[in-house]
Amino acid sequence: MTKQVLQLDRVIIRLAGDSGDGMQLTGDRFTQESAVLGNDLSTLPNFPAEIRAPAGTLHGVSSFQVHFADHDILTPGDAPDVLVAMNPAALHANLDDLPKGATVIVDTHDFTARNLSRAGYAESPLDDGALDSYAVHPIDLTALTVQAVKEFGLSRKDAARAKNMFALGLLSWLYGRPQEPTTAFIERRFAGVPEIRDANLTAFRAGWNFGETTETFAVSYEVKPAPMATGTYRNITGNTALSYGLVAAGVQAGLPVFLGSYPITPASDILHELSKHKRFGVVTFQAEDEIAGIGAALGAAFGGALGVTTTSGPGVALKSETIGLAVMLELPLLICDIQRGGPSTGLPTRTEQADLLQAMFGRNGEAPLPIVAPRSPTDCFDAALEAVRIAVTYRTPVILLSDGYLANGSEPWRLPDLASLPSISPDFATSPNHRADDGTQDFWPYLRDPKTLARPWAVPGTPGLEHRIGGLEKAEGHGSISYDPTNHDLMVRTRQAKVDGIAASIGTTEVDDPDGLARVLVLGWGSTYGPIGAAVRQVRATGERVAQAHLRHLNPFPADLGAVLRRYDRVLVPEMNLGQLSMLLRARYLVDVVGYNAVRGLPFQSGELADAIADLVRSLDDPLDARSRQHQEASPQGVRR
Amino acid sequence: MTQQTDLPFPGLRDVPVADTAQTRKDFASDQEVRWCPGCGDYAVLAAVQSFLPELGLKRENIAFVSGIGCAARFPYYLDTFGMHSIHGRAPAIATGLAVARPDLSVWVVTGDGDALSIGGNHLIHTLRRNINMTILLFNNRIYGLTKGQYSPTSETGKVTKSTPMGSVDTPFNPVSLALGAEATFVARTIDSDRKHLTSVLRAAAAHRGTSLVEIYQNCPIFNDGAFEAFKDHETRDDAIVPLVHGERVRFGVGHRLGVVRDAVTGAFDVVPVAEVGVEALHVHDAHAEEPAAAFGLSRLTMPGHLDRAPIGIFRQVERPTYDDLARQQVATAVQGQGAGDLHALLHAGDIWSVT
Repeated sequence: MTKQVLQLDRVIIRLAGDSGDGMQLTGDRFTQESAVLGNDLSTLPNFPAEIRAPAGTLHGVSSFQVHFADHDILTPGDAPDVLVAMNPAALHANLDDLPKGATVIVDTHDFTARNLSRAGYAESPLDDGALDSYAVHPIDLTALTVQAVKEFGLSRKDAARAKNMFALGLLSWLYGRPQEPTTAFIERRFAGVPEIRDANLTAFRAGWNFGETTETFAVSYEVKPAPMATGTYRNITGNTALSYGLVAAGVQAGLPVFLGSYPITPASDILHELSKHKRFGVVTFQAEDEIAGIGAALGAAFGGALGVTTTSGPGVALKSETIGLAVMLELPLLICDIQRGGPSTGLPTRTEQADLLQAMFGRNGEAPLPIVAPRSPTDCFDAALEAVRIAVTYRTPVILLSDGYLANGSEPWRLPDLASLPSISPDFATSPNHRADDGTQDFWPYLRDPKTLARPWAVPGTPGLEHRIGGLEKAEGHGSISYDPTNHDLMVRTRQAKVDGIAASIGTTEVDDPDGLARVLVLGWGSTYGPIGAAVRQVRATGERVAQAHLRHLNPFPADLGAVLRRYDRVLVPEMNLGQLSMLLRARYLVDVVGYNAVRGLPFQSGELADAIADLVRSLDDPLDARSRQHQEASPQGVRR
Repeated sequence: MTQQTDLPFPGLRDVPVADTAQTRKDFASDQEVRWCPGCGDYAVLAAVQSFLPELGLKRENIAFVSGIGCAARFPYYLDTFGMHSIHGRAPAIATGLAVARPDLSVWVVTGDGDALSIGGNHLIHTLRRNINMTILLFNNRIYGLTKGQYSPTSETGKVTKSTPMGSVDTPFNPVSLALGAEATFVARTIDSDRKHLTSVLRAAAAHRGTSLVEIYQNCPIFNDGAFEAFKDHETRDDAIVPLVHGERVRFGVGHRLGVVRDAVTGAFDVVPVAEVGVEALHVHDAHAEEPAAAFGLSRLTMPGHLDRAPIGIFRQVERPTYDDLARQQVATAVQGQGAGDLHALLHAGDIWSVT
């Protein structure tokens, strides 16, 4: 039977099930198939903090959303076109996110009285008309799977576990995905357990065949490859890209990477990934706590290694004293904060951008340090290199602010040309740098490079450069302990000036303002880049003008940022916090930016941002908007460039 | 005395040796020493400065890391590489340094508050990992730098500024703690006994792994006389229980006292030798695989006012060090798979081309 194939330009699928149902794995595999097919894509894993919450309950539901398209896309999508629900709880937890008319594929196996009640249903939604406005495919996926794999003699429980592969096979048929990547994956993954391998392969093929033969699905769909720049691609998550960025930074700097880390969600995957790359000289040290993680990294940096620590917000709080020490010691050190919902333990598996002010100010005393934030999963690679460049060049701790969305989300990555990677020079001190009054040569550990204000990095083992550093204030130049009031004032200002001076190396603000006539600038940082970009496109599609800029450097800001902000009548700053960048911008530039803030633990939806942008754009056109008029009168040059 | 060369597992194996003979002066920095007059730290500094030339290592390959406290100023006074870090964290920082740099002789200088209170976690984990470093724990049983609060080694009932009615804390016995934390080298010595201190330093430096050396150190300002029983000519013979590997544990004026081990409970006790006979005395075996005897001996330390304590090397056994094993894994990976290739790393897995 040949079924009809319909063309679609993009599809958003959400897979939902119990934490133990393998939804993340299934989503990863579907994503990989789509990547190999050549779609552009973006993913959003969403899972509870509990490893295995009680089966069938709402708080045990784990989901994975993938958006794939025949064109360039920026987000995992606002609302799914298709929901695959493996049990009543998965249906209940996700149904509200579906637009009317969406497709729902339900495994009916667990729609028993007990499981329905556990999921908060009095009656089965399959029977009471609750799903009337959706295209529902009720299928007993579990029973079909068990039937398909019975020849392998697995226990019923093990047999049923392959149902995620059955669902994947069905989806793969439905959207014309290639089978080869998944079969190769299953063969690799279960190489040591042939009966499990064969059961999963069989379930996957059975799901495919079920779609092809059953009348439940009258049509299948095709989403053609997206036109993409020529090159070699792979799909990658932010945490993996960040890990590769660290390995690459070690190679570029010619330094062994030393990672001191304590497991914490959502940063642990970086520790796992880096532990695989020992052949690059990478040492991973799983410390007894967050403090030891950064302490060991700082000790390694003192010894001339590329010291790195990875953590999330609560870990940054614990590390803050050591970060302050690193500010004082002026040694290169990278602190990767994969932000999650806070405060305290907060929402460990959810995303947020609320550590910006902690990164800026979360230390005693005047302790400035540079902050770099990646904007997308693949950008984590470049941002890691940039953070290391700054740390090594300026001899300073740097905080890299990623977040849970970037960490676990994935997108296709056009692999970089290695020749294009930045060169990073540790430029170790090798000889005395000062002539004493008596004419002898000696070494002053705080004698600075006049251009960068960086002090020399003199590592143990270098004859003649023996010196002592520490947390007590140093005499400028000589580096001995100094309690002198004037010296302390000088050193505080010098450390600040050193960080401020990094602006000279980071370029100017890139503004996307196609015809230069926009009156509203949307300014973001970090992982909001995708949703903001998608929202800006939506607003422009309605004929409105809006400019977009995205900050990679949060400290220092690009030198021209104040001027850029003043060029626009209004600046909208969307953030997944209560206005932390807004606060910095207002304080620094006295520009009355408008915040758009939400802390739901989820990335912004592009639709809500498009509405917020459009409202602001249109408010300027409104003659009753006194504020806009006043602004125009006060600074006519601010209206148009 | 065990020398570095005696051990199949020498602590300083990878540290380059100096080309020329060194003197104590080579290790004195240009900084003025600023401890209180009479502080026990002076004696330890003098002993270390005199001992380092004997090690004969390149000065630039020696690093001292300290935390916070009076003793933590130590690195400033030595002309080696040094870091005066933050409270309690020196073992963690030294861990990174030691793992990254096998060619360094790494020393940690800490105190009873620094190592056993705020930094207790790092101390025990460093000991269990057996990172190649020597930890000098200056135990004065008081907080000196913050002007006289009781410390985790102060005797119960200690009256201090923060405990006007006496402390109600039970103190740590640092040697017992270290043995419980799987330490491979644990010793105790006294600031004023230069000869013994130096001999312990020698063995500690020679040990591959973490060496913990507890140094009884007098604070003349806030806890003067805490160790007087070990220094006073009248009392010291009865106070110091000397531990010498392979010898019977015997002490006291005229060697009249000895240490016996109860065959049933395994506990140690001090008895007059005349009552049990010399043959019944415990023979100290610092190299015993089982730490039980060393732990039992550590319990002979008086928990309250210190009238008696074993002094010497409690335990000195070989165990692979974390830093050696971690570096070995890197070497094995490089040998087995070849040095890392960035292009290959990025192009691994499922890739596709757009042309």
